[in-house]
Amino acid sequence: MSAAETNLPKKTLGWPKLLAALVILAILLAGIPLLVKRLQPHQFSGMLLQSPDKAADFTLMSHDQQEVSLSDFRGKVVAIYFGYVSCPDICPVTLANLRLARNLLGEQGNDVQVLMITVDPERDTPEIMAEFIAHFDPTFIGLSGDLNQTAEIAIQYGVYFEKQETSSVLGYLVDHTATVMVIDPDGYLRLVIPFGTTGKEMAADLKYILEH
Amino acid sequence: MKREKIYVLLLVIIMVLSLTACSSGAEGPDLKVTKAWGRPSAMMKGNGAVYMLIENKGSQDDQLVGASSNVADAVEVHETSMADGVMKMKHIMGIDLPAGETVELKSGGYHIMLIGINEKFEVGSTITVTLSFEKSDDITLEVEIREE
Repeated sequence: MSAAETNLPKKTLGWPKLLAALVILAILLAGIPLLVKRLQPHQFSGMLLQSPDKAADFTLMSHDQQEVSLSDFRGKVVAIYFGYVSCPDICPVTLANLRLARNLLGEQGNDVQVLMITVDPERDTPEIMAEFIAHFDPTFIGLSGDLNQTAEIAIQYGVYFEKQETSSVLGYLVDHTATVMVIDPDGYLRLVIPFGTTGKEMAADLKYILEH
Repeated sequence: MKREKIYVLLLVIIMVLSLTACSSGAEGPDLKVTKAWGRPSAMMKGNGAVYMLIENKGSQDDQLVGASSNVADAVEVHETSMADGVMKMKHIMGIDLPAGETVELKSGGYHIMLIGINEKFEVGSTITVTLSFEKSDDITLEVEIREE
């Protein structure tokens, strides 16, 4: 051993080599937080579900008067929101956040389809839905059916809505579940996003569903 | 002489009383409205919502009892509440403004609802809204339309 060692030419670490080693070390160290972040599971803002059955299919009238079914969008992530046009406080916030989420996803955003189902079909005709939807994102689709149809779909998605007569000049207002339901590309209900989730948080959740 | 003294005494009493009356008049509510903004409207003839902070710096409670605007058919005070993910909105008769407190009108809580607006609220424009109170004088606001 010792003989072999003494036979080796004496080698000192030259400055360029030392510098290179330091640079490599620095890069590795800098990469650690990134690696840790990558290895960490995605923190969902919405509630993740493991549904054994596919989400209930439905067919409703779109704002441009076409029959549209949920199953038309297999291969895309579908975000369903139950709301109504006369609602000025909550519904615009959620729809604006969905628009932001879609924009934040860039190219991937094209694989996200937002559907808004009106819980006030008596007032929200396709024409009114068309004007409302256009304000947010022309790719969104506004859907309406009759009250019974809407109630049937709402029940299947665990969504509550009820007309409330009020003293407002609007007449009635509609109480409704304000969550967003996310259906994965295979047609399974995967995520329920509560009201108050930001567009950025929605984008992160949708990205995960798109990629997994 | 005695009668004069009584007159002077009466005068003093009246002066003191009028002084306290004056000061109690200044002890009313003292309202300041800040950060008023409105959401852009989706519809040409739809509804709008306006939010703000109302601070009552006075020593007496007050109440917001109504509002009006030249750009809407009707203006109402509404309250949104969330319970178990269900949004409920109701028309309320007023918002209490306790002395020394600031009440926030915000999304998911109180808001001024403009019904049947006669112009589309575009980002960057302003609308005029007048608030009415139980005790204080009306306050007219220039409300900026913007995204949240």
